[in-house]
Amino acid sequence: MRLTCTVNGKVETVDDVWPGESLLYVLRERMGLPGAKNACEQGECGSCSVHLDGILVCACLVAAGQVEGAEIKTVEGLAGAKDLHPVQQAYLDAGAVQCGFCTPGLIVATVDLLEKNADPSDSEIREALAGNLCRCTGYSKILDAVRLAAVRLEGAGVE
Amino acid sequence: MEFFRPATLNDALTLKSAHPTALCINGGTDVMVELNFDRKRPETLLDLSAISELSEWSDQGDSILLGAGVSYTRIYHELAKELPGLAMASRTVGSLQIRNKGGVGGNLGSASPAGDAHPALLASGATVNVASVNGTRAIDINDFYVGPKKNAMNPDEIITSVLIPKARGGQQYSKIGTRNAMVIAVCSFGIAIDSTNKSVGTGIGSAGPTPLRAHEAESYAASHLDWTHGSAVTPEMMKEFGALVAAASKPIDDVRGTAAYRRHTLAVISGRCLKWAWTSTQEMRSK
Repeated sequence: MRLTCTVNGKVETVDDVWPGESLLYVLRERMGLPGAKNACEQGECGSCSVHLDGILVCACLVAAGQVEGAEIKTVEGLAGAKDLHPVQQAYLDAGAVQCGFCTPGLIVATVDLLEKNADPSDSEIREALAGNLCRCTGYSKILDAVRLAAVRLEGAGVE
Repeated sequence: MEFFRPATLNDALTLKSAHPTALCINGGTDVMVELNFDRKRPETLLDLSAISELSEWSDQGDSILLGAGVSYTRIYHELAKELPGLAMASRTVGSLQIRNKGGVGGNLGSASPAGDAHPALLASGATVNVASVNGTRAIDINDFYVGPKKNAMNPDEIITSVLIPKARGGQQYSKIGTRNAMVIAVCSFGIAIDSTNKSVGTGIGSAGPTPLRAHEAESYAASHLDWTHGSAVTPEMMKEFGALVAAASKPIDDVRGTAAYRRHTLAVISGRCLKWAWTSTQEMRSK
């Protein structure tokens, strides 16, 4: 089938899509957007987190046929022309990136959290990120990064 | 594989009638795992996620009519007051990413005994509404689960909504697992106290071939709770209620836990749930 959807603000059309393949496969293998990572393929790890019509989802659990006409935002759509997104910068500055594999999913999930809750408590951060696994177990620095991003975003007056 | 994405329920019912083996997909959190791991290759995939009425809920006075595709996230954000037991169960589903997509329709369609919504639906006395080209059927939740991963639906039917009575007393839900997120229940328990009818509803998850009620425990609680003065649940009542719940379960040994562990934990969490739900019943009464 032919699939048309908007990814990071740009209308994309791809052909020969098998409707049962995942949105993750479409993004990585057909659209050349490898930011969302492929790991568990069963929604356990959160490495493939993206926004689908404004909702945080695992791209591996969305069928390609379901995203016809949808609006998708991936980690690639976060940074500006010059600067990283404040959440990305906070992950770098806090040393929250070890092997880096879980980082894109965690950053997308963190952006989702801070859009809804500008000043989350530690337990709210833990609950919001519970679906994202870090095999390096670098969770302390990840929590530091979320707190740092929250402070910076609030200081900048960004919602 | 054929893929259909109807925009209306009528179109979906026509398609399901013409393709009764079609696998329905909505949130995708169960179905996509099956597809990704090649466990299922349905000839036809019927995507229900474009049908707006399936992702709506409405207030019917004494009950909430919950569309099969309303996400778990929306259930606990929007219906925690009316359906506290189901809202608590919804909070324990997977992770935020899963709760944003999954809904009660998928739990009922899969009919896995471990589905988080089942104990809450059983305890509340819900009714499952299914539809086909031949009309609609309202299936009592007590008749819905007929075997392991088997429900009472016909191949041409689609789950449209669930009618759930609003809470008429305290409700609770508790789940045993290895961590607080991304856990398939080792066992789970739901309770709904009805202070209008002076009755108690229960639901046991992940400790039998299907989700189960604990009928004797319900009768015991209904006859021992102090409906007149609301005095607290005693440790003896918690113990007896828990023992009756454990006796009603039919667990097996599997990778997530042994039958003995499930019976033990069920007795503990159900006793606690009775106490907590009775406490909130009294709080509701004093308001």
